[in-house]
Amino acid sequence: MASTPLAAGRHYKHGAEDLPAGRRAAGRLLILLATLGLAAVFVVQLLDRLGVLPLGLPNWRPLLYAYVLWAVALCVGQVILRGEQGRRALFVLPALLFTISMVIFPTAFGLYIAFTDWNLSSFAGRQFNGLANLKALLQDAYFWNALRNTVYYVLAVLVEYALAFGLALLLNAEIRARRFFRIVFLLPFMLSPVAVSWMVGKSIMEYRFGPAATLARHLGWDRPAFFADPVIARLSIMAMDAWVTIPFVLILLLAGLQAMPKEITEAAKVDGANGWQTFWRITFPLMLPVSLTAIVLKIIFKLKLADIVINVTAGGPGGATDTVTSFIYREYRDRSNVGYGTMLAMFYLVLIIIFVILLLKFAQRRMRQGLG
Amino acid sequence: MAKAASLAARPAAATGQPEESFLAGLGQRSLMLLVYAILLLWAFICLFPIYWTVTTSLKSAVDVTQGHLVPWLDFMPNWKGWKSLGLSPDTIFETSTVRDEFLKRFANSVVTSVGASLIAVVLGSLAAYGLSRFEYKFGPWRNEDISFFFLSQLILPPVVLAMPFLVLYKELALLDSTIGLILLYTLTVLPIVIWIMRDQFSSIPIELEEAAMVDGMGVWGAFWRIVLPISLPGMVAAFILSLVLCWNEYFFAALLTSTEAKTLPVMVASQTGSQGINWWSMAALSTAAIAPLVVIGIALERYIIKGLTAGSVK
Repeated sequence: MASTPLAAGRHYKHGAEDLPAGRRAAGRLLILLATLGLAAVFVVQLLDRLGVLPLGLPNWRPLLYAYVLWAVALCVGQVILRGEQGRRALFVLPALLFTISMVIFPTAFGLYIAFTDWNLSSFAGRQFNGLANLKALLQDAYFWNALRNTVYYVLAVLVEYALAFGLALLLNAEIRARRFFRIVFLLPFMLSPVAVSWMVGKSIMEYRFGPAATLARHLGWDRPAFFADPVIARLSIMAMDAWVTIPFVLILLLAGLQAMPKEITEAAKVDGANGWQTFWRITFPLMLPVSLTAIVLKIIFKLKLADIVINVTAGGPGGATDTVTSFIYREYRDRSNVGYGTMLAMFYLVLIIIFVILLLKFAQRRMRQGLG
Repeated sequence: MAKAASLAARPAAATGQPEESFLAGLGQRSLMLLVYAILLLWAFICLFPIYWTVTTSLKSAVDVTQGHLVPWLDFMPNWKGWKSLGLSPDTIFETSTVRDEFLKRFANSVVTSVGASLIAVVLGSLAAYGLSRFEYKFGPWRNEDISFFFLSQLILPPVVLAMPFLVLYKELALLDSTIGLILLYTLTVLPIVIWIMRDQFSSIPIELEEAAMVDGMGVWGAFWRIVLPISLPGMVAAFILSLVLCWNEYFFAALLTSTEAKTLPVMVASQTGSQGINWWSMAALSTAAIAPLVVIGIALERYIIKGLTAGSVK
């Protein structure tokens, strides 16, 4: 994400505050007490779970409540302890505590699950099995197939981008009923991918009566089966995903075009450049930052593509349309293979992080070249 | 230079055909026709599936399998699809288990998506405001690091969170509960809200708040009385965008809910009967599932566009 460095001048200056020593002590005491309380609840729950203290707590809810209380106490304590600065920290603290607790614990726990042999349908329960999952992953042809498909899907982003750019240019032209077209072009983005899977993938593209198949027959394709041939099935999934998400790219690009000063293209026109030259020499380079933002975001969304695949083809035919996400989904849902599935997910996360970092590096370099 | 050129260009554009920058120089009537043809074609591509969904909900089996398209000309519309949902005019006042089921899922979807979007907008707006106005230092973390931490959640794929949350929620008795789903959805849309709102707040001049603080307001008073009213449109944009994403979310809902907290997309996805698919009832259900967002999309289009374009155009 292109994060703009905050200009120093935009921040408030704050002087050091002199708070009474008693107030500071009270703040510190509150946070200390809350932390001790949280630790105490945790220990009690742990002992109960281990069978040392037979309290018979049905679940870990008490710890959850204790955590919420601790978070509130921490926020209040900040204000008591640090006054004005604490009140400022209060803006960002709730979101930060929420995100950290919602992400850190599951990710850490997921890392642990990933190295266990755990199938919900077997009675053996969870067992640590070291690197066996990783070894299985490296030999799992279906996973690598899903990963390769994901690469194809990501490459389709470039086609979507080109289409969206074309449409954005048309929408930016002096046309009538622009608002109508803008609303209509936006609509697919509002639709649930699941409903789209059924009504487009399974109904409109159904090979006997679907209108798309009928149209294809009229155009000379004798047996229009959209999901039988591997390559065509993949293209069909790409087309459906593109249909849902092109509005997103289109709107970003349209906003970029509208923010561009008209004088520049008009000057080029006076200098004798035709539309094609104006586009490649002026519009396209000026749109590079917006384009890169749109493409990076779209790729990030594409890496999570699953709903349509799960509902239309379930990965078929022969895994040709599988994405990593839909593959792991089936590993969980149909085979209850939690340990192995989580290893796949963690492995995928590492790949994504590396890929996105490289992508951002590349985007930043292009941006500098484009502007410099 | 550019200014002079624009002055020279403007009278020509004013007297001639309506022209615009990209097509300038080529601006012929046939080209404009082509432009409208493409626009109409794409509009057709956008609208046809919606049209198909709505009309299929009014078809009988024969009309579906013969691919009839135009009501009254091709086929006689009837309420069959809506009757199977208990929502047709003649069944609406009778008791219907399917309708109860549908209404429950609909209510779940509303509560989950509105709840998650509200929490995300509140938490996200506060965080974005703090990050755009104050300098933080939490240990080694400064503003840029905190912002990056929030935004980096965007790349976290749902599969990574799914299983740990399944286990976690089981232990916390949050599995198959609306609260659990709301918390998870809040997490997934929070980065987007922060992204939009940070852009909103940095476009508000800081002098307004400084003036308010000179008048004796605290930071929270200035935020509440001065900043909040100005940034309300941005918050609406963030809220609607979150609403769209939460309403349509399928992956977590399919894995983490079963009988109680199941949402509409999961209900739509599980409509395969043993005798094949009842297209009319499927279409009616899909229509009902997409209708709220289509209405919102048409009515609040400018907010959605505002939300989507935040931060992308400097």
